[in-house]
Amino acid sequence: MTLGMVFALTGAVLSTALAGWGSAWGVGMAGQAAAGVVAEDPDQFAKVLILQLLPGTQGIYGLLVTFITLSNIGVLGGTPITDTNVGLMYMLACLPIAIVGLISAYHQGRTSVASIGIVAKKPDQFGKAMLFPAMVETYAILALLVSILAITNIKA
Amino acid sequence: MAIVKMQKLSICANRKNRKGVLETLQSLGCVEIIEDGIEDENLDISDTHEARARFEKSAESFDRVLKLLASYAPEKTGALASLAGPEMVTRQKLNEVAGESSRLQSDVSAILKDDREITECRGRILKDRNQAEALVPWMNLGIPMNTEGTKTTAVLIGTVPETMTAEALLAAASKEIPEPACISAEVLSQTGEMTCVTVVCLKKDRDKVEENLRSVGFARPSQPVNAVPADAVRECEEDIRAQEERIKELEADIVSYADRREDFRIAADYYRTRAEKYRVLGTIPQSKSAFFLEGWVPADQADRIAKLLSDRYGAIVEKEDNGNEEDEPTLLANNAFSRNVEGVLASYGLPKHGRVDPTFVMSIFYVIFFGMMLSDGGYGIVMAIGCAVLLKKYPRMAEGTAKMLKLFFWCGLSTAFWGFMYGGFFGDAIDTVAKTFFGHTGDPILKPLWFEPLKDPMRLLIYCMLFGLIHLFTGLALKGYEALMNHDYVGFFSDIVSWFLFIGGLTLMLIPSDIFASIAGTKIVFPPAVNLLAKAMAIIGALTILVMSGRGRRNWGLRIALGAYDIYGVSSWLSDVLSYSRLLALGLATGVIASVINMMASMGGRSVVGVIMFIVVFILGHTLNLAINALGAYVHTNRLQFVEFFGKFYDGGGSAFRPFKAVNKYIEVKEDSSL
Repeated sequence: MTLGMVFALTGAVLSTALAGWGSAWGVGMAGQAAAGVVAEDPDQFAKVLILQLLPGTQGIYGLLVTFITLSNIGVLGGTPITDTNVGLMYMLACLPIAIVGLISAYHQGRTSVASIGIVAKKPDQFGKAMLFPAMVETYAILALLVSILAITNIKA
Repeated sequence: MAIVKMQKLSICANRKNRKGVLETLQSLGCVEIIEDGIEDENLDISDTHEARARFEKSAESFDRVLKLLASYAPEKTGALASLAGPEMVTRQKLNEVAGESSRLQSDVSAILKDDREITECRGRILKDRNQAEALVPWMNLGIPMNTEGTKTTAVLIGTVPETMTAEALLAAASKEIPEPACISAEVLSQTGEMTCVTVVCLKKDRDKVEENLRSVGFARPSQPVNAVPADAVRECEEDIRAQEERIKELEADIVSYADRREDFRIAADYYRTRAEKYRVLGTIPQSKSAFFLEGWVPADQADRIAKLLSDRYGAIVEKEDNGNEEDEPTLLANNAFSRNVEGVLASYGLPKHGRVDPTFVMSIFYVIFFGMMLSDGGYGIVMAIGCAVLLKKYPRMAEGTAKMLKLFFWCGLSTAFWGFMYGGFFGDAIDTVAKTFFGHTGDPILKPLWFEPLKDPMRLLIYCMLFGLIHLFTGLALKGYEALMNHDYVGFFSDIVSWFLFIGGLTLMLIPSDIFASIAGTKIVFPPAVNLLAKAMAIIGALTILVMSGRGRRNWGLRIALGAYDIYGVSSWLSDVLSYSRLLALGLATGVIASVINMMASMGGRSVVGVIMFIVVFILGHTLNLAINALGAYVHTNRLQFVEFFGKFYDGGGSAFRPFKAVNKYIEVKEDSSL
């Protein structure tokens, strides 16, 4: 295994690990709040479940970037990369979704907790409650986009 | 694409027809009564609180009984039974049930009494169990626990802490008792924490012995029973059995009412509806012989209702000038396709009268954007078929649910469309199957109709932003339409046309630039006339905004400063357009995760086990992926509509039309005579 491959794999691993960490954190927090609401009012189950799931997407974005990276660097078949610089570039390209995924999922989780509070008090305001966590997600999407664009445009 | 025109009606009728008029209005269900609309000190309002509370309580007790029946005699229903919608009940049947309401009421109180008794029995069982458990250490005692002694002897029954042998106890008890000490000590049982003992001594030594025992921690039992412990335990067990028998009887009695469930449902809704009627009755002002009522009706129904009320009850119905539009309730009427997003719109806020109803425009973009984000042929087909089957199977489901399912049916079709455009059918399932199980090599079988996003994400990014720009411009155009509707021509040119020129010009200037060329991969060259036109548009637009934005201000310095600040608003256009990149990101997410699932599924290779593994992983994985990505597509489509699109022109704030009608939870009344 070349040093380039080590760098590239590090990036690939980080994007799933960090973004997944953030999502687990966010979904976990929101889940505790959701469970509290369902204990009081089981009818709100579907609504709070949706709100709980919102911070879960970062983990998926991380997985997505990992997968594209793995297939591009030749881990999943194809010719493995050898150049150290190329490996470094892959690692850097993975960083946006890794870092922003972690932090945005955490904050999206906190926002989801607050939105679950809205649903608990005013179930008919679900449409608005859903928007607040979705706002946080924008930055994860932008990071995902940058990661994907960077990875798909690296010329080995 | 319209907000239904409303007509305000004033109704005045003889007081004795009060209930008749209200009942008619309630069964029509198309008049929103304006509560506390008329204020006059000569009119009074009858207090209906008591009647209303009584009916509400009846409805509640029927609800409780239905819940009890559901727990003791569950109905056999499928998982999706909640979609089935309310039972259809004829007016005649409703009246029949209402007629025998006193019998139903007595059934209800019988059931509730049974339930109370069951609770009591459970309480007794619990108490018996506790007592039996407390007696377990005393089972070796052959005499009643509260025995004081015989003529000459005293019996001390109690516990000492920790473990203690009979000898040690005897020694402790006979301290300072003159010889020959007639004391016997017996250990009944020992647990880690305490020892149950009996000590027998002469009556004269009793005080001394008890004192001695106290010094080693002797205590009498806190609740001695007046029986031999073994007998007491037997009694408890017998009582538990008896109570269990009784509970069974009571439960059977409750279950015997199960076939009356339908009547209970009808009665519950009957009382709920009456409670609502009395609530409204309590808001209607009346004089000695007449009562007055104001309400909103859809304008096309106004004449029919006026005629009906005056024919039947001799009421005087006047159509009032709407005047103040502020409190006019909003009812939307849209075509069969667009109506399905009304629920989404309502969750943001309904439009006010005099504003534009964005439902139609929104419905088109909604379905397109949802499809782009989920973008998988297989998922789209599954979604559309699933929704269609549910809609077919439960034709009478609640209106809101039906609209949602219809919306997702269309979104499913759009998803399938975009899926085939991008070449995704359960990700790359067709090619994976062909490669793994049939040894296919070479070109992919399912080719995208347009292009594959992952191969050329930059190109799709540009298209996404183009769609975004169209979406935003449509929003701005709707704002322009509103301005024209209100005859605000200055506003139309300075707030809308100026932005079209400005943003349009800037976009046209950007396309031939090097930055755009490097993103798009091809250089686009416009003829010089177009370039000049672009510059002219941008400059004219910017100047109009600069001068006209702050036109409400007299101070020119302030006016220009406000204009300049508004030009800075171009940055918000930039961020809005960039926001549409989620169309690309979420579209990629579905496709790539689906491919990962296919890859994992095909790891078993070309064998029987491989095929089984493929099927299992395929179904589980794609179900999960569909669920999570459909959720993402739903949330982010809403966001694009609410934040980017509505941000350009719409602020909701209308109040929904809430007609006075029957309040039904379980049933729907089918009117047998046409009113």
